[in-house]
Amino acid sequence: MSIEEAAAHGPTAGEYISHHLTHLNSTGHAQQSIVDWSVINFDTLFYSIAIGFLTVFLLYRAAQKATSGVPGRFQAAVEILVEMVSNQAKGIIHREESRRFVAPLALTVFVWIFLMNAMDLLPVDLLPWIWQHLTGNPHAYQRVVASADLNGTLGLSMGVLLICLWYNIKIKGFGGWVHELFSAPFGKHWALAPINFIMQLIEFAAKTISHGMRLFGNMYAGELIFMLIALMGGAWAVDATTGVSVSGALLWLGHIVAGTVWAIFHILIITLQAFIFMMLTLVYIGQAHESH
Amino acid sequence: MNLNSTLFAQLVVFFILAWFTMKFVWPPIVKALDERAKKVADGLAAAERGKHDLELATRRSVEALREGKEKSAELLIQSEKRAAQIIEEAKAQAKIEADRIIAGGKAEAEQESLRARESLRDHVAALAVAGAEKILRREIDARVHAELLSAIKQDL
Repeated sequence: MSIEEAAAHGPTAGEYISHHLTHLNSTGHAQQSIVDWSVINFDTLFYSIAIGFLTVFLLYRAAQKATSGVPGRFQAAVEILVEMVSNQAKGIIHREESRRFVAPLALTVFVWIFLMNAMDLLPVDLLPWIWQHLTGNPHAYQRVVASADLNGTLGLSMGVLLICLWYNIKIKGFGGWVHELFSAPFGKHWALAPINFIMQLIEFAAKTISHGMRLFGNMYAGELIFMLIALMGGAWAVDATTGVSVSGALLWLGHIVAGTVWAIFHILIITLQAFIFMMLTLVYIGQAHESH
Repeated sequence: MNLNSTLFAQLVVFFILAWFTMKFVWPPIVKALDERAKKVADGLAAAERGKHDLELATRRSVEALREGKEKSAELLIQSEKRAAQIIEEAKAQAKIEADRIIAGGKAEAEQESLRARESLRDHVAALAVAGAEKILRREIDARVHAELLSAIKQDL
């Protein structure tokens, strides 16, 4: 809901925030239960797929134009990214054949997550406002930061988990991997086998959930703070219907100052979180290559 | 934060994007990077080689210059020597020629004087005979004393 609407209908701050945190999903209203596999979030899917296509399109263009001669600025920028990811992958994953898949995967993850995070820098009401006017429904839901949806980030981290399992089996053999599940980390002993197995399960679960949760938490919190900052401007707009006040003007100034500061700081966060997600992807896949 | 099927859709999208990047993005860029690295390395090696060649050429040219100078100095000395020799030879030749001419002249002069003496002897004899004739004309017949006269002529 936009500021103008907030002014017209005068929702409370709580209503404004919870409206903004509700996905456009297949049910048409906020999801009731914590887990419901029959529901699907259209906004997360749309933005992540659109940005995913943008990612591979940009990279593809760079790849098509790539020459060994003097590179243009765009090519050089993509090359810097490729070089960075390639060096990180070389340091973490020592198997050249695995790197041929894992390094491009890490590049995709980095650019894709960076761009999804960057949606946070758009004015928090802009795309929802456009959507509400397109649909003609002033209460239409829309969330634009796909990485601030737990489904999006856990989907990615589960993808990484699947790749880890695949490489565990590929490198160690299915028997070798099962053996490792029961003999590491505490050692090979029949009495320790169940404990080892439980520890391994906990490790995989913890890795995957923390991997997805870290990105989600950062982006969700960042989005929430943008909403809180927007509320300051919204308060001024609500004020404006009754008459201009000093506190309203100060809130409006606060919106500008805090919004600027937070957006600048957020540039660091979105880059850092994309980088961390990429590095952890490499580290987890690297661990799958190592025998205990 | 609710979980739903978006999760699985996202997972599939993730793999599709990763596959695309692996197939179409990564190889050309890495290939270009490797090729450029090789080009730069080759260029640097070529520059190094060029520098080395230049150094060699400089050294060779200095050597050649030094050799040329030495050779020209040697030639100069040789030519001076040769010139002196030619002059010496010319002098010797001239002396031989002069001696020959002088000797020739001497011989000719001797011959001439010999011839002159011979003709003088003839003239003297003729004069003597003429004088004697004039003296003796009146008393001696030439024909009678011819034998005697020729004997005198022989003695002259």
